Amino acid sequence: MSKIREINTKLNSKEISAVELTTIYLDNLEKTSSIIGSYISTTKKEALAKAKMVDAQIAKGEEIGLLAGVPMGIKDNISTTGIETTCGSKILAGYKPIYNATVVERLYAAGGIILGKCNMDEFAMGSSNENSAYGIVKNPWDLTRVPGGSSGGSAATVAAREVVFSLGSDTGGSIRQPAGFCGVVGMKPTYGRVSRYGLIAYASSLDQIGPMANSVEDCAIVHDIISGYDRLDSTSANMKATSTLAALTKDIKGLKIGIPKEYFQGDEKVLATIRKALAKYEELGAIVEETSLPNTEYALAAYYIIASAEASSNLARFDGVRYGARDGSKKDVTEMMSGTRDKFFGQEVKKRIMIGTYALSSGYYDAYYLKALKARTILKRDFDQAFAKYDVLITPIAPTLPFKLGENIKDSITMYLGDICTVTINLVGIPGITIPCGFADGLPVGMQILGKPFSEELLFNVAHSFEQNTNYNSFKPEVAINE
Amino acid sequence: MNKGYEAVIGLEVHVELKTKTKIFCSCTTEFGGSPNTHVCPVCLGLPGVLPVINEKVVEFGVRTGLALNAKVPNYSKFDRKNYYYPDLTKNFQTSQFDLPICEHGFLDIEVDGIVKRIGITRAHMEEDAGKLVHSGKTISSSYSSNVDYNRVGVPLLEIVSDPDLRSSEEAKEYVDSLRRILTYIDISDCKMEEGSIRADANVSVRKIGASEFGIRTETKNLNSLKALQKAIEYEIERQIEVLEDGGVIEQETRTWDDEQGITLAMRSKADAHDYRYFPEPDLPPIILSDEYIEEVRASLPELPESRKKRLIEADGLSDYDANLIIADRHLADYYDQVRKEISDGKLIVNYLMGDYYRELGEAGLSFVTSPVKPEAFIELLQLILDKTISGKIAKEIIPIMIKEVKSPKSIVEEKGLVQISDSSELEGMILEVISNNPKAVEDYRAGKGNSIGFLVGQVMKASKGKANPALVNELLKKHLC
Repeated sequence: MSKIREINTKLNSKEISAVELTTIYLDNLEKTSSIIGSYISTTKKEALAKAKMVDAQIAKGEEIGLLAGVPMGIKDNISTTGIETTCGSKILAGYKPIYNATVVERLYAAGGIILGKCNMDEFAMGSSNENSAYGIVKNPWDLTRVPGGSSGGSAATVAAREVVFSLGSDTGGSIRQPAGFCGVVGMKPTYGRVSRYGLIAYASSLDQIGPMANSVEDCAIVHDIISGYDRLDSTSANMKATSTLAALTKDIKGLKIGIPKEYFQGDEKVLATIRKALAKYEELGAIVEETSLPNTEYALAAYYIIASAEASSNLARFDGVRYGARDGSKKDVTEMMSGTRDKFFGQEVKKRIMIGTYALSSGYYDAYYLKALKARTILKRDFDQAFAKYDVLITPIAPTLPFKLGENIKDSITMYLGDICTVTINLVGIPGITIPCGFADGLPVGMQILGKPFSEELLFNVAHSFEQNTNYNSFKPEVAINE
Repeated sequence: MNKGYEAVIGLEVHVELKTKTKIFCSCTTEFGGSPNTHVCPVCLGLPGVLPVINEKVVEFGVRTGLALNAKVPNYSKFDRKNYYYPDLTKNFQTSQFDLPICEHGFLDIEVDGIVKRIGITRAHMEEDAGKLVHSGKTISSSYSSNVDYNRVGVPLLEIVSDPDLRSSEEAKEYVDSLRRILTYIDISDCKMEEGSIRADANVSVRKIGASEFGIRTETKNLNSLKALQKAIEYEIERQIEVLEDGGVIEQETRTWDDEQGITLAMRSKADAHDYRYFPEPDLPPIILSDEYIEEVRASLPELPESRKKRLIEADGLSDYDANLIIADRHLADYYDQVRKEISDGKLIVNYLMGDYYRELGEAGLSFVTSPVKPEAFIELLQLILDKTISGKIAKEIIPIMIKEVKSPKSIVEEKGLVQISDSSELEGMILEVISNNPKAVEDYRAGKGNSIGFLVGQVMKASKGKANPALVNELLKKHLC
């Protein structure tokens, strides 16, 4: 019972109550999350209280929505009233927001049951979930490997069937890459599709919240609830809400798929799995052609400059003055502020703050930040040209299979190079979905499908048609207890 | 100026905009309030919040730009100014850097009868910071400091002048004119005592005739016009003295110490912040259509300079009187409304700025808070003009108009104050005055013409001020010749 419709039917037919279901999920989550490390905090009290409300609704004979009573995990950088929200950082230890993120408001209103706050790389900076101040997350498919990052907890908890779906955030691949590594579906919507209000910012012009689940349909259901205009976010797109769920027709005949050659470098096992998936698409009636995104080589540098620059400013507010941790040993306010930041920020966060501060400094701004903005424009043009010819582009989610814990953590460059397939998508602002498309060495391989801005309906349908004609999402890791 | 030097001064004026709510959230902008009560997650900069621009702030920026003859571009944006200080909630200030709401304007000032045009470099929108409350008198002598974030996010407009000012008088006149314009276009209260308008002065000196500017200092903390003038004068003298002693001016930020009447060095150029400006990613650019800009232009009231010209040229007022009227937009509007019905501008000014102004003051009121509507004032002047009442009676009526909020006509009727212009009614009083004042009568007949004034006064007294003085004068002369 790990799909949304299944749960909805059983709750409506009173085969099981929301409280019973929640209790089962909480019990199993307690057992497996201690192995995987998928949560920073769990919210048993809130979960049971919300489940009771759903049961009361059912008892009154009221029709409940699809998400009512469905267990979910929320990445720990998304604000939840009264529930500790740490961003995976010591600097926010004990911080309990006084307001809900817009996405949380919408999920609560739909009856979603929050089981806990998912582990993550500190301030969403990382690709392996080894940068959390609250412990590493392990890949449920192989506990010696990373789950990917930064939404490693959100991906692992879905893969381990601890929740039905989760929310992640994606600044340079943080939903799609861990979804790929953990063999789940993860969607990064178009920039502006989902409100960022309440998402603790890493890089404001790149961040986007999105759903992760074990099926495309479940992802689409959650996407439809959380997306849409929010007046509290001036960068949210003021356009009519979409129903990606209604667009899941499975018909992709004549679909034009572009294969950007620059993205097909890396582990041959990964590439072979993707090629097999592409053959499946051809079989289903799509046209697959190789294409080029010629300026891809500038993407990583542009990404790390822009993201770090914005982060250096976004993270300035964590100074011990108003909330979170404080270095109480200092007497002077300036010393207290720098002492707090020195003591409670982790290494990777400090590194990116320094890179960003440097890139924005007078005398360097033109050489770094401004140049990165120009690269961003050039990259946009690459994609505009590609989408003039193709409906979607398909790429691997990473050049490698999930790597070993500790393997890359000492080597930033290798770690950053692993983001080659994902960061450009945030720079360009387009949507991207990852779905499992096979296994290599017993590890899941993720395929990334990219589309024009606001083409979520098409992307979900393209992903859905593949999923419905394969069985990769019917496998689950041994560690998982729930069906 | 001193020893062959001239001063070069540019001013940065921070104006608090009188919007109801803050620039990026819906908290009130009201002054005061218990500490940290006018706050919300957004202005507190809590993790995850996002700003939403208050459109009124943009409108006020456009109004200001147009009133200052500046260019208002179709595209403008916000930037982040990054620096660490506990009165900020985000450790950056959302401001405007390279594409402000308006640029390249000017303002005409008048000093000693000479009109001078002062360039406006730009005006940009930004958010105000909070207030630190130290336990001691200064930050260094305090064992603790508290911070009040009520003011965080109150919208500001920073108006930067070109270095066109040459003296403290010009600087004062510039701020005065600016304040007048800003209150006319109704974007700010411009109350220096509440900090709703604050100025920083950039001052340098150079030898007269030199083409290059000298090295400048920036003096902050100028909270009154007096402080502004004194600080500029002090800086000019200090810099000349340094140069005359063979020294060099340090480019630095200084602060005005009002008690000691001196400026003090705060930080040197070497310690200057690198603000690391970059475009605010949480706010889309501000795109203004030509139609919108023209709409705002059409909504602007007539500005003080143009009003003054009209009052002098069309209404025949003196420069002095015109200045009195345009000093306050409410007064000028009041004048204009009265002027619609009363063609004699001088008469309006005499009554408005004479008895009426004095009586308002005594009642603790101002032109704004006065209960006397222009209609009532028009009625009063019409009663004078059609000789229903004398000027003397008008003086009696004005305080009653203010205190009892009654129309002048009803006061005149109630108290029977209608002027007596019927000679038969006055005859009896005149004969009585003549018989009761033989000495004065004798004097007049002996050729002392001015004693008639005394006799007129006696008749006025007998009539309780109601007699038409011109008629009394005429009748007396007839009886005495």
